[in-house]
Amino acid sequence: MFDFSIITNWLNNLLNSYMPAWLTTTVECVLIGVGLLLAYALLALFYIYFERKVCAAFQCRLGPDRVGYHGLLQSFADMFKMLIKELITLNHIDRFLFALAPYLVIIASLLAFAVLPWGNGLQIIDFNIGIFFLIAVSSIGVLGILLAGWSSNNKFTLIGALRSGAQMISYELSIGLSILTMVAFAGTMSVPGIVEAQKDCWFIFAGHVPAFIAFVIYLIAGTAETNRGPFDLPEAESELTAGYHTEYSGIHFGFFYLAEYLNLFIVSGVASLMFFGGWMPFHVAGWDGFNMVMDYIPGIVWFLGKAIVISFIIIWFKWTFPRLRIDQLLNLEWKYLLPINLVNLVLMTLVIASGFHF
Amino acid sequence: MANIQDKIANLFPEATFEEGEFLLINIPDEKLHSLAKTLRDDEELAFDYLVTIVGMDWTDSLGCVYYLTSTKHNTHISIKVSTTDRENPTITSVADLWKIACIYEREVYDFFGIIFIGNPDMRRLFLNIDWKGFPLRKDYDTNPELNPVSIENERQSDDTYNYTRDENGNIVKNVTKVFNENDFVVNIGPQHPATHGVLRFRTAVDGEIVKKIDVYMGYIHRGVEKLCEGLTYPQTLHYMDRLDYFSAHNYHHGLCLCIEKAAGIQVSRRVEVIRVLMDELSRIASHCLFIGTYCMDLGATTMLFYTLRVREQILDIMEKTCGARMTFNYSCIGGVMQDLHPDFVNDVKALLAVIPANIKEYNTLFTGNVITKDRLEGVGVLSREDAISYGVTGPSGRASGWACDVRKTDPYSIYSELDFEEVLATEGDSMARFKCRVEESTQSAHIIEQLIDNIPEGEILAKVPKVLKLPEGHWFQLVEGCRGVFGVYIESKGTTSPYRLKIVPPCLNLASVVDHITEGSKIADLITIGGSLDYIVPDMDR
Amino acid sequence: MEVNELEKKGTVVEKITTKSMPYEAFKDNEYIEKLVEELRANGTNVIVGAFDKLINWGRSNSIWPLTFATSCCGIEFVSLGAARFDMARFGWEVARASPRQADFMMVAGTIVNRMVPVFRRLYDQLAEPKYVIACGSCAISGGPFRKSYHVAKGIEEIVPVDVFVPGCPPRPEAMIYGIMQLSRKIKVEKFFGGVNRQENREEYLKAHPIEEQN
Repeated sequence: MFDFSIITNWLNNLLNSYMPAWLTTTVECVLIGVGLLLAYALLALFYIYFERKVCAAFQCRLGPDRVGYHGLLQSFADMFKMLIKELITLNHIDRFLFALAPYLVIIASLLAFAVLPWGNGLQIIDFNIGIFFLIAVSSIGVLGILLAGWSSNNKFTLIGALRSGAQMISYELSIGLSILTMVAFAGTMSVPGIVEAQKDCWFIFAGHVPAFIAFVIYLIAGTAETNRGPFDLPEAESELTAGYHTEYSGIHFGFFYLAEYLNLFIVSGVASLMFFGGWMPFHVAGWDGFNMVMDYIPGIVWFLGKAIVISFIIIWFKWTFPRLRIDQLLNLEWKYLLPINLVNLVLMTLVIASGFHF
Repeated sequence: MANIQDKIANLFPEATFEEGEFLLINIPDEKLHSLAKTLRDDEELAFDYLVTIVGMDWTDSLGCVYYLTSTKHNTHISIKVSTTDRENPTITSVADLWKIACIYEREVYDFFGIIFIGNPDMRRLFLNIDWKGFPLRKDYDTNPELNPVSIENERQSDDTYNYTRDENGNIVKNVTKVFNENDFVVNIGPQHPATHGVLRFRTAVDGEIVKKIDVYMGYIHRGVEKLCEGLTYPQTLHYMDRLDYFSAHNYHHGLCLCIEKAAGIQVSRRVEVIRVLMDELSRIASHCLFIGTYCMDLGATTMLFYTLRVREQILDIMEKTCGARMTFNYSCIGGVMQDLHPDFVNDVKALLAVIPANIKEYNTLFTGNVITKDRLEGVGVLSREDAISYGVTGPSGRASGWACDVRKTDPYSIYSELDFEEVLATEGDSMARFKCRVEESTQSAHIIEQLIDNIPEGEILAKVPKVLKLPEGHWFQLVEGCRGVFGVYIESKGTTSPYRLKIVPPCLNLASVVDHITEGSKIADLITIGGSLDYIVPDMDR
Repeated sequence: MEVNELEKKGTVVEKITTKSMPYEAFKDNEYIEKLVEELRANGTNVIVGAFDKLINWGRSNSIWPLTFATSCCGIEFVSLGAARFDMARFGWEVARASPRQADFMMVAGTIVNRMVPVFRRLYDQLAEPKYVIACGSCAISGGPFRKSYHVAKGIEEIVPVDVFVPGCPPRPEAMIYGIMQLSRKIKVEKFFGGVNRQENREEYLKAHPIEEQN
């Protein structure tokens, strides 16, 4: 696999040879920041378009197809509009918290990007506890949602925020535990380390039964974590108008809107890293010709492809299932997913201890 | 009929009787409550279903006509009460006997200003609390300056009133509060995606649990009944399209039947068949839209698009014949507006061919889903007794086990010749209501199947006088709309326009029962229950 | 015809249209030409004009409706979203339930006296730029209920209306045409220079003081 760190190291050395170290770091930070924001915006816009097209396909419709070629520019038009839409200032609200909330949400998903490798070496920072960091920062998002609901001084947003808080805190357990299962299997918390361990066989195959259970639970919990249907109670349109972000307009609403899709990407990206080998190509032992062909496909394509396929499944959920009720939602987590997850973790340790894996 | 009359004459010597379509009992106000109680509780009478209370202004007196039905014996009766006091008219309330009477009496109070002694909740129903005058009184001042269109927020009060008589016979006004002082009241509606229009629920919640709902109507009250009084009979018809716009044909059918009955017009068999075909087609279209919007309310948006496919197909058939997609104005007095389109039979057959596959698809996609079952089963249980007491008819009533289909109980048109089943369920929960509607679509398709090949030849419009005048008298007609029993009451003074045209909408009852069956469930259940009752707000508000 | 005459006079008239609908197919081009002429009377700065074009491209292609319906027309609006008419093709399908996030309000149905304050409040809650389409004869004039004691005689007395779509109810095609007209109107707007801006918040509050509410 081509190691992208060759390019970054070369760039680092090049910059170092012209300027002092502190300036190098600054320049690199700026470069990364710009690149990240760009990737971030483009990804979110792509996801919005993708979801609208996919849902249109499920609903026997065409979806956006007038703005640009096959409607490709639709989400750009939406973004332009949202950027210059009026930001309504409300009376009787906590102004500071109200303004802070969308940034908290967006920062949470931005931070999670830091440890998400898009290809071999193509990541911002390689922590030895990368996955732990990811779980930690992604839970900042719930703060933003709670603040948004609370500071809006509106009963609907408050109910939405409280639902969201209960939901996200509960399902974080399941996400954490199912990732823990895979971390136990990989033996490392570093994200590239986990991916490297899947060089020959993706964990979903290598870990067979427990890995599969972990994947299913991860997928359910991940859907809930991103507040998407059938777990979209915090913004259940038919119940709470727009849920916690009812009072937000313009780009502040845009942040929530983008973060929702970014979180979808992060959840499916992590799933692809944990279970489907991240940037690792699909190999079948013994089929050398086939493996060679697979190797020619760049890692970033593999990673994005896997992430998008998993997102597709999550989008599929949303447009198929009806919404759960709050008590059923919490029952599902605390009475089913959590115990299954704990048993699954034990099962995984047994599998590792007995060496009964591929 | 005669033995009922004898029996009542024995018990209430002051009652006088008028023969008519239904037996009409004239009773003074003091005896109203005991008469009503006898009618309801007596085993042989058992008039347990209050169809409607028609408020009346006979210029010299104000009053009410109560229409009662016995679900046990399938008999009908009406009671007439009047008062000559125009300043402070009072009538004894029967709200303790039939639960729906509370809402009916509020409606009469709103329109005629008649105060019902003993009604626990004597507020206005459709109009603002500041509204001046009682619009359906004949001497109502229509000057718009009295009640101007205001963009100021409407005044709102948590107070409700009830009137009682003290020992001296004086009327005492008591004030009570709708909500407790510390209730967390969430205002759902009038602009809210789940209320299917502009209904407003003020909901007291405890966390996620609904404690009490106060239903506010009137956000689309257009005063159709008053408008009809100023129009000729053929002109009144087009408002029926705009009440429950899904049952446009059925409502038209109802009013046409009532006027034809009064004027003694016979329609040809071809017209009867066409009308029934159209009724059943709109029933399928309506239930399709119900399934779609209900699933959307519950979060399964995609179903809406699948169900609308069938609905569009039906609308195409309608459009070819009637020339419109929604407000058809097709049935008219003495027949129908135009003859069927030449493609009609083929189009309907094509539709019948796709319906079973579509219903199967809905069931696979939605009804069988685990989440759906969790959300619907056991939610919003309405018992048979309550369904009758609240007058919840249509599929919602039948889901509670009450056989209330007018097509079976009082067959009109050619329904008595047709072979179809009345879909009944016993659970009375949201799932039963949902399934009843799905099953009813199949039954409607079955009715259409029987008729589509046997549309007889004949004239489509009977001879109707150019200027139609109904003789003096009053008539009442019930038909089965898509959401329940739709009734029309016409009182004529022998002129070209009705003296009083009262519309009995099924959705008013459906909305009134929401508070009763939602209590104690979650906020999300409110959506489930409201959706499963499938009320149409312009229908209840008129 | 008129276009040619104007061109002779030296005024260049942009042909404001929407994609997939030729300019000539629109029925009331004179109106939009007049509007353009009025707005461009003092000429347009090249840079500002370019920015305006970009912004208007965004705005006119992304008009999100508020889910607001009172009666029959609302059902036709649902049909408009369904597979057959599919307003998603134009990017209008993102119906927002919260007025803060919507761009236009399709007033589908009768507005009665009791609804007027609610309706007006919803309009006030929409974030700028906001547009209103009066859809159906009830919203335009009161329609068949005009003589009623409890119906507002047209919403124009309550809020400014951009496009009127006649019909009872209008067919979904008519609604598409109506929203296209709105899209065209947005295309000729000027964002910079504040031509379209109404009074600002401070001025408005001075004129309409709000009572303290809890």
